[in-house]
Amino acid sequence: MKKSKMVSLKINNQPVSITEGSTVLQAAEKLNIHIPTLCNHDDLCVAGNCRVCVVEQKGARVLAAACAQPAMEGMEILTNSLKVRNARKHVVELLLSEHRADCTKCYRNQNCELQTLANEFSFGDHIFLDLVSKHEQFIDNTSSSIVKDDSKCIRCQRCVRTCSELQKISAIAVSGKGAKMKISTFHDRPISHVVCTNCGQCVNRCPTGALTEKNYIDYVWDAIYDPDKHVVVQTAPAVRVGLGEDLGYDPGERVTGKMVTALKQLGFDSVLDTDFTADLTIMEEGTELLSRLKKALVDKDKETALPMYTSCSPGWIKFIEHKYPEMLPNLSTCKSPQQMFGALAKTYFAEKRGINPENIVSVSIMPCTAKKFEANRPEMRDSGYKDVDYVLTTREFAVMIKQAGLDFRTLKPSHYDSLMGVSSGAGAIFGATGGVMEAAIRTAYEIVTGKPVPFDNLNITPVRGTEGVKEALLKIEGCLKEWSFLEGVELKVAIAHGLTNADKVMRSISTGKADYHFVEIMACPGGCIGGGGQPIPTNMEIRQKRIDAIYEEDMSLPVRKSHENPEIIQLYNDYLGKPNSHKAHELLHTHYIERVRN
Amino acid sequence: MMETKKVSKVDLIFEHIDPRELLTKVHGMTGSDIIEEIIESGLKGRGGAGFPTGMKWKFCAEEKEKTKYIVCNADEGEPGTFKDREILDRVAYKVYAGMTIAGRAVGAKKGIIYLRGEYKFLLPQLRMELDGFHKMIDEVGYDFEIDFRLGSGAYICGEESALFESIEGKRGEPRNKPPYPTSSGLFGKPTVVNNVETLVNSVIILKYGSERYKKMGTRFSTGAKVFSVSGDTLIPGIYELELGMSLLEFVKEFGDGDTKAVQVGGAAGFCVPRKLFASTVIGFEGVPTGGSMMLFNSSRSMYHILHNYLEFFTEESCGQCTPCRVGCQQLLKGVESVKKGESKSTYLNELVKLADTMKIASKCGLGQSVGNAFNSIVENFREEIIY
Repeated sequence: MKKSKMVSLKINNQPVSITEGSTVLQAAEKLNIHIPTLCNHDDLCVAGNCRVCVVEQKGARVLAAACAQPAMEGMEILTNSLKVRNARKHVVELLLSEHRADCTKCYRNQNCELQTLANEFSFGDHIFLDLVSKHEQFIDNTSSSIVKDDSKCIRCQRCVRTCSELQKISAIAVSGKGAKMKISTFHDRPISHVVCTNCGQCVNRCPTGALTEKNYIDYVWDAIYDPDKHVVVQTAPAVRVGLGEDLGYDPGERVTGKMVTALKQLGFDSVLDTDFTADLTIMEEGTELLSRLKKALVDKDKETALPMYTSCSPGWIKFIEHKYPEMLPNLSTCKSPQQMFGALAKTYFAEKRGINPENIVSVSIMPCTAKKFEANRPEMRDSGYKDVDYVLTTREFAVMIKQAGLDFRTLKPSHYDSLMGVSSGAGAIFGATGGVMEAAIRTAYEIVTGKPVPFDNLNITPVRGTEGVKEALLKIEGCLKEWSFLEGVELKVAIAHGLTNADKVMRSISTGKADYHFVEIMACPGGCIGGGGQPIPTNMEIRQKRIDAIYEEDMSLPVRKSHENPEIIQLYNDYLGKPNSHKAHELLHTHYIERVRN
Repeated sequence: MMETKKVSKVDLIFEHIDPRELLTKVHGMTGSDIIEEIIESGLKGRGGAGFPTGMKWKFCAEEKEKTKYIVCNADEGEPGTFKDREILDRVAYKVYAGMTIAGRAVGAKKGIIYLRGEYKFLLPQLRMELDGFHKMIDEVGYDFEIDFRLGSGAYICGEESALFESIEGKRGEPRNKPPYPTSSGLFGKPTVVNNVETLVNSVIILKYGSERYKKMGTRFSTGAKVFSVSGDTLIPGIYELELGMSLLEFVKEFGDGDTKAVQVGGAAGFCVPRKLFASTVIGFEGVPTGGSMMLFNSSRSMYHILHNYLEFFTEESCGQCTPCRVGCQQLLKGVESVKKGESKSTYLNELVKLADTMKIASKCGLGQSVGNAFNSIVENFREEIIY
């Protein structure tokens, strides 16, 4: 490997050496010198737009943006000279003048990067005229997932870069110039009518309250306090490893037991687990995969679409519906765990508990904004009712905990309620990229061979990790008699997270460069733990900590394989029959639609 | 006292030459000979920024990349500038020749002329001339090809890196610098981007030699320049004049006898009041200009002039960076509110400070130059802004 060249410079008279190609901002970080930033985000390319991070370079006529300025040999940088301070204060004041600073009413109050900068640089009277009141204040409320409020937008373009770089969608982009420059959609259409996948990655990166999730907190409170309603809540795998961050814990802290207690104290009538239906998804999807393989390999059925794609991620579903509708037959027909749960809550659960499904309100807590859209899809009413009534993000859930005045740290951990509250470690790892694949292999391999997967501790490490696209080969040996057609078959799988990576995989499949059997795709970087509904900020380091926590959760559970989950076994015995049965198809499977590409 | 000159008209830009003869001569020169000659001439960019042309070519020539580009910036958008249109209309072959010479000097085989959208009417004629030119340089032995790209009316696309973005099919927004175009320009390749007039100057230098060229102008501003004279003058039009004259001499020649201010360099330039005419040199040692000279007599309201410029910038900022996008709006609304009496006249002081910030904190030359016009008008004509 070529040894990288170092450059030496001085920042605030302190010498520092750093690899050539690094920025002044990175050099300053090395010295623990804080330079405020705004448009900069670790996940995104450098923009150099907001100019909050300007620094003085001795001998230069103009200030440089520390985030964009390469560190160069012999440079002398001042990060806090009077010239810099005055310019920075002006920049912050200018941003405030185009921002509707209704802070006390804002969802992002106290977690707003502009507010933090204002606290540092701009207390006291505003210098400049307020430009917002003269602007047309337009709030786009049309999406069931995302609310866009242009009057709070400071045009840092983090959302634009997120949508194009991380997700390869560009549902939002810059339009107009000068004073009319704004973040817009195709022909300024409402968000609900463009290619937006509702992934919420833009929401997670918005420094202000310009992009937020659509808030359903008050609907949920109303249901909780309605004496006629039985409110059932489910919590997704990734929530328990993220929630803590919004309640003062360090990233990577698992708060599962306390979270369950909090839900009970908030007044939910039944506190159940999406991990349970994650296990159920494995049963249904694993069986579907095996039957597709059989049709393709034994029956030589040319109609059988392979590879099969996972269908848990609603952002990914909408992406393929818009961009690759010709590949919809490859999507597993399985509903996502959230929607399987919803359909069962108002059928199986209602029946078993003797509750009129009409009186059940089904709430889900998700790391995701696209789940809100998914719950509102017209197909998702197989129970005869709306299967999932309200979807809250991890962040909204944290707000409810704060509203209720719970002292989260002192809560005693408790267990989920029964019937749909027990899960395996395989269900837990759904929250991390590669998790669905690992869970599916743990079960499918054992169904086919009668033996556990040949990996230490069941940890299928080749499918783990944060690489954008992962590929793995698994040779199937020692098949049981009925699966003998799979003997010696090398199962080829791929895993992608983030829609840019998904797009790469889709391209290599559609151009014939790759031939997989099974592909897992998650719309968000890192999988659900990096979902658009997770605590802000989210970045590479935080995602890794949440992933580590998810695998700890897996190891901590007594059952590690979906098909060994006792409540799953009970569900099939008492209600569904067997995986992919007629009843299972009615309740747990769905279909997809082709959507326009603009 | 700075060295100043009388107004001295020359006729080199529009003078007809035999391009084949010149290019045959240049074909016999090495790249470094050409660059040496241009450096020796002291030629600085005629678009307004005044970067030494020879150095630009040298930096690009030193790059190891195989693919390089010569880009001619013909996105003449500065208010009050209309000289490039005239040059392209009358002596386009000299622009082509300049690009060919630059290509030879730095090792580029491809040239692109980024033509202002509003000049589309010139295109059929330009293309016809280009066909003939291509044939001629082929015969002489050059491996060089020129093509056109049209702008779509955004002022910002005259900024070199926004111009590249536009050619590449993206939204025309300036890039972060460094890297500079000579190392990473169009499509990420080393690129020389020169103004129309600069390229023609390189032709003049190679025809007459840098020694003769240097005799025109001053030490810091060698050569002559095409000026676009407009406003309150009886003889508006295009004039090729030696650099280094004082503004007083200029006004004597072109003024209507009642000139109270001259806006030198367009909206992005400086407003010079009558009391400073004598001490202002037109050139890189004084007030530089891309060619725009707007004369205002005492019938003009400087408030309206400033307001007009600020409206222009508020609309033409690309909107990318905070100081420029919001700063322009604040300056515009600010002078309006002072004029209406809604803000105190001392608010102008805050605005001047803001303009100073815009000069140093904006991402590109557009935002950095808004403060030139603003501060020079507010400082010199404060009463006209307030009352």
